[in-house]
Amino acid sequence: MAARRAARTGLNGLFAVYKPPGVASIRVRDTVETLLLKELNSLEQPAVQQQVRFLPTTVEGNAGKELTLTVTQLPVLAAHPLVRGPEFTHLKIGAGHRLDTKSSGVFVLGVGHGSKLLTDMYNAHLTRAYTVRGLFGKATDDFSDTGRLIEKTTFDHVTRDKLERILAVIQGTNHKALLMYSNIDLKTQEAYELAVEGLIRPMEKTPPLITAIRCLQFAPPEFQLEIQCLHETQQYLRKIVHEIGLELKSTSVCTQVRRIRDGFFTLDNALLRTHWNLQNIRNSIQDSKSKVKVGLQRSLSCQARSGKRHTDMDQVAESKLHSTEGMSASDLTHKMR
Amino acid sequence: MAFWARQISIWCSSVKTSNVANSIQQLRRTHRTWMQLHELSVLSLLCTDNQFFQRGLKTYQSVSLGSRLQSTNSSNGQIVSSENNLLSPVNHYQQQAEVIPSSDTETLYEVWEDTPPSSALEEISEEEAVQIVAEPPLPLGSFTLRDYVDRSETLSKLVLLGVDLSKVEKRPHAGQLLLRLDFEKDVRKRLLFLKDVGVEDHQLGPFLTQNPYILAVDMEALETRVAYLKSKKFGKEAVAQMVSRAPFLLSFSVERLDNRLGFFQKELGLSVQKTRDLVVRLPRLLTGSLEPIKENWQMCQVELGFRRNEIQQIVTKIPKILTANKRKLTETFDYLHNVMGIPHHILTNFPQVFNSKLLRVKERHMFLTFLGRAQYDPAQPSYISLDKLVSMPDEVFCTEVAKASVKDFEKFLKTL
Repeated sequence: MAARRAARTGLNGLFAVYKPPGVASIRVRDTVETLLLKELNSLEQPAVQQQVRFLPTTVEGNAGKELTLTVTQLPVLAAHPLVRGPEFTHLKIGAGHRLDTKSSGVFVLGVGHGSKLLTDMYNAHLTRAYTVRGLFGKATDDFSDTGRLIEKTTFDHVTRDKLERILAVIQGTNHKALLMYSNIDLKTQEAYELAVEGLIRPMEKTPPLITAIRCLQFAPPEFQLEIQCLHETQQYLRKIVHEIGLELKSTSVCTQVRRIRDGFFTLDNALLRTHWNLQNIRNSIQDSKSKVKVGLQRSLSCQARSGKRHTDMDQVAESKLHSTEGMSASDLTHKMR
Repeated sequence: MAFWARQISIWCSSVKTSNVANSIQQLRRTHRTWMQLHELSVLSLLCTDNQFFQRGLKTYQSVSLGSRLQSTNSSNGQIVSSENNLLSPVNHYQQQAEVIPSSDTETLYEVWEDTPPSSALEEISEEEAVQIVAEPPLPLGSFTLRDYVDRSETLSKLVLLGVDLSKVEKRPHAGQLLLRLDFEKDVRKRLLFLKDVGVEDHQLGPFLTQNPYILAVDMEALETRVAYLKSKKFGKEAVAQMVSRAPFLLSFSVERLDNRLGFFQKELGLSVQKTRDLVVRLPRLLTGSLEPIKENWQMCQVELGFRRNEIQQIVTKIPKILTANKRKLTETFDYLHNVMGIPHHILTNFPQVFNSKLLRVKERHMFLTFLGRAQYDPAQPSYISLDKLVSMPDEVFCTEVAKASVKDFEKFLKTL
């Protein structure tokens, strides 16, 4: 019993897995749960309890056969694992920010009490980093390479310079929006301190915001971007690739979306499909424990400060919010024209 | 138990006015009757036959029982309803306990008068005393076999044999069936028979977990079925293997088995010997539904474009393809044929690839393409057979086929 309880207590916290492309994230969660349950249930079973029973038996007494009760110790079969069934039938596993089926990369899961940490992580509004591959010359209805083809274009005129100019514009407009949404007066000491720590970011739900974007590789028709962003979906990133293609007077589709960082979980922490077992997951939880704690504390202190700020500058913030109302994600990218 | 105590206390108050000795006597009598009724109800659980229970309770109906108990007659044998019904008498007792005024209890006692009265102060012999069971009574009805396992010889022996009761009780009617069996009379014979057929000791537990119903099948029928299999020239080992791998095989009637064997021979166009080999390798084919098998066969021909003799070759090598998931099969084939560019005749030679997961094939193929080693044409140098591609574990695959380190492979997987 002790071994199992220890096993269970070892499973409280956050860990990251590497989601392969083509598998739904809910399937990944279910697979991890199934594997963990299988291993937990195959752990050494506790010895079956004994109970004392009085059984009637015939004994050869001095007056012939006599019926008496004898004390016997019998195992309690009702507690036998074959009667009771498996000890663990489900585990509480929560998923962090989702990845859609086509995309791959770091996918955070929380076990046991870790599910609460997932909420904290959501409230911390941490940035995530992606690498995105694009392909010039095509446009499809869902912006990915598997969608229905809409048009074909030439891309001879596209150069790296032109691409980087567009990227700079995207980063510029998004940076402006980021400052606006983070409700901060840039001319204050407080803003300076936050900026030094790199913590300027909105603390409530906003449209997707790109905090950094750069070109990793440019070899027409292929190109690869690295995007760091907030509150995004994978489909939004595909749309960005599509719009970059349009801006370059061409078209492009997205061939791969791969998350390389989710908050404080990087690619190195992510467990591959073949490594999903009890031991590895427990080690991974242990390793990430301190990192999660520090990271969440840092963002919470920032949040507390921003909360104070919020009350101070209620009016300012409100007027600013009004001016940004009705501005959607696509507006942000279209503004750069 | 709490309910009993309540019941007795109610009667206690009802007979308070009469003299004390009398009341004790009556209490004892009612207690006895309750015990009997209780045993009756447990018995009725064991044999599902509610009429027995009904007879025991007939005297009650005149007093207060509602219409619900009567409805139990109509639904004999149905598991869910019978379990509900078995629970229902408790409610009736409770209702009765609340409703009955003291005058009614007098009539109750009169009705129960046929049990011989005995005094609480009456001396009983040692023999009788020993036989009094001082354990809590079995529950009237239950959703699990856990409540009965410690008190039922059959169940406890089956557990020690390795039967997973937690799984058996989920099968329809299986719980009632096991409770009704007598180990010495019913179970022992069939276990010995199974052992004679060739089911090994350690397989008996899992076997009965899957098919507990075989314990209720007529012995003669079992013998004719085995004789039938032997008449179809299945060897002793073959029969043993088939029976232990497909526990439901012996629950099928001879005609049905014959039909199914005929199906494989006719539809798949296999020779007698090949059919026999196929069925011995995957006896699940005989006990499962034939519809998916037909569909898979059609799909291989129409969708995947294999020729008839090619499918026959594949099926003799991996019979599992007939029971595989259609969607997964098409996906794997699509990837192998259209992305990796492997023609049909090579796939026919290495059908093992259809057994492996698509993700595994994909990952390895991509790694080999990345290294520039993806060459599946046997006519050209540095040829990699499909068998090698999928059957090896990661470490062996990396060192022998990809000629790279496992670390590199893992790094590559994280870039997908």
